[in-house]
Amino acid sequence: MSYFMGILVLSIFAENFVLSQFLGICPFLGVSKKLNTAVGMSIAVIFVMVLATAVTYPLFAYVLAPNGLAYLQTIVFILVIAALVQLVEIVLKKYIPSLHKALGIYLPLITTNCAVLGVTILHFTKGYSYGAALVNALGSGIGFLVAMVLFAGVRERLESCDVPKFLQGLPITLIAAAIVSLSFMGFSGIANGLLGG
Amino acid sequence: MKHNYAKAITKGLVIENPVLRLCLGTCPTLAVTTSVFNGIGMGLAATLVLICSNVVISALRKVIPDKVRIPAYIIIIAGFVTMVQMLVQAFLPAVNDALGIFLPLIVVNCIILGRAEAFASKNPVLLSAADGLGMGLGFTLALTLMGGIRELLGAGTLLGIPLMKEPMLIFIMAPGGFFVFGLLIAAANALAKKMGKQPVTQIGCEGCPNAANCHGCDQKGGDGQ
Repeated sequence: MSYFMGILVLSIFAENFVLSQFLGICPFLGVSKKLNTAVGMSIAVIFVMVLATAVTYPLFAYVLAPNGLAYLQTIVFILVIAALVQLVEIVLKKYIPSLHKALGIYLPLITTNCAVLGVTILHFTKGYSYGAALVNALGSGIGFLVAMVLFAGVRERLESCDVPKFLQGLPITLIAAAIVSLSFMGFSGIANGLLGG
Repeated sequence: MKHNYAKAITKGLVIENPVLRLCLGTCPTLAVTTSVFNGIGMGLAATLVLICSNVVISALRKVIPDKVRIPAYIIIIAGFVTMVQMLVQAFLPAVNDALGIFLPLIVVNCIILGRAEAFASKNPVLLSAADGLGMGLGFTLALTLMGGIRELLGAGTLLGIPLMKEPMLIFIMAPGGFFVFGLLIAAANALAKKMGKQPVTQIGCEGCPNAANCHGCDQKGGDGQ
């Protein structure tokens, strides 16, 4: 149990997807201007990350790898994730329209989000078991949410700041991201202790 | 009709540099540029995929139905990414280790899908190849520049040659990536202003297949201007 808790905390803070692994930078910089869009997008990401892991992990471990087709990983994963997202959208629209209304607009965007494809491939690089992979996907998604929400707050403050002219716009946003990322580096020290290393 | 191949190649290098002017492909730009070597490796891998996918997509542009073009492009791109991945694993294992997850993630690099959508789907094969080459080299140039700055400041070396004592380690860590990229965009903007071009104010959405129905992007364009 503590192993799973370790993975969860590790994936949310020390190995934060956005701030320490640079995955999902487009939505991080693009959608974090408004708090409610940031939250909606992140919840959709958590949902799709866990679902995509639940489907792609057994597919790779029991179908592709034993048959010597491991090299098809990239092409199969992107197709499966794209189809899955499409399917989820159809199902939500039919059966849970309220949830579809809240998350639906973010779902197509997620197909090409490198964070989702990244998390499904990284499980194998790290050698996680199925359970650990699911926890890691959940943690990575929550980490994305934490980064988005924190950064949305930072950006709201930036709006009212007197920024030097040559840094206005994207440059100051990136420099603010650097400082937020710096604060997340503080978590990396706890990583070893958590996994009982 | 005479095509200007030279222009198709050179525009990607400076004026429409995919990283510094269009602000596309930010994830690999930030992640792999911890050294010049990694920057060049990533840039060339992406260039190879970009040229191949541009050629095939351009050749098939009249065959692929408009409605399913995005999935079709993604499959073509994923095919070439897999090939490049296998080539790199076989012949350049050091590059494979350095790029890690970002090698397969070339699939979702918006520069490649962006050029497919904006250029290869409308232009003949050779011109698309030239465009792919130019954009790819522009990407490589930006990554090399950023890798150079980060390697020099963060590791004190350049292409592995020690140049500086007491490097600032932070520059090859995550925060350094954001910081150097921010300053590079600021510098590119200042240059663009001098040349009478528009500065970059936000991250690029060109090539994002969902830019049209993305609520976040709508809002982004709507406010703060």
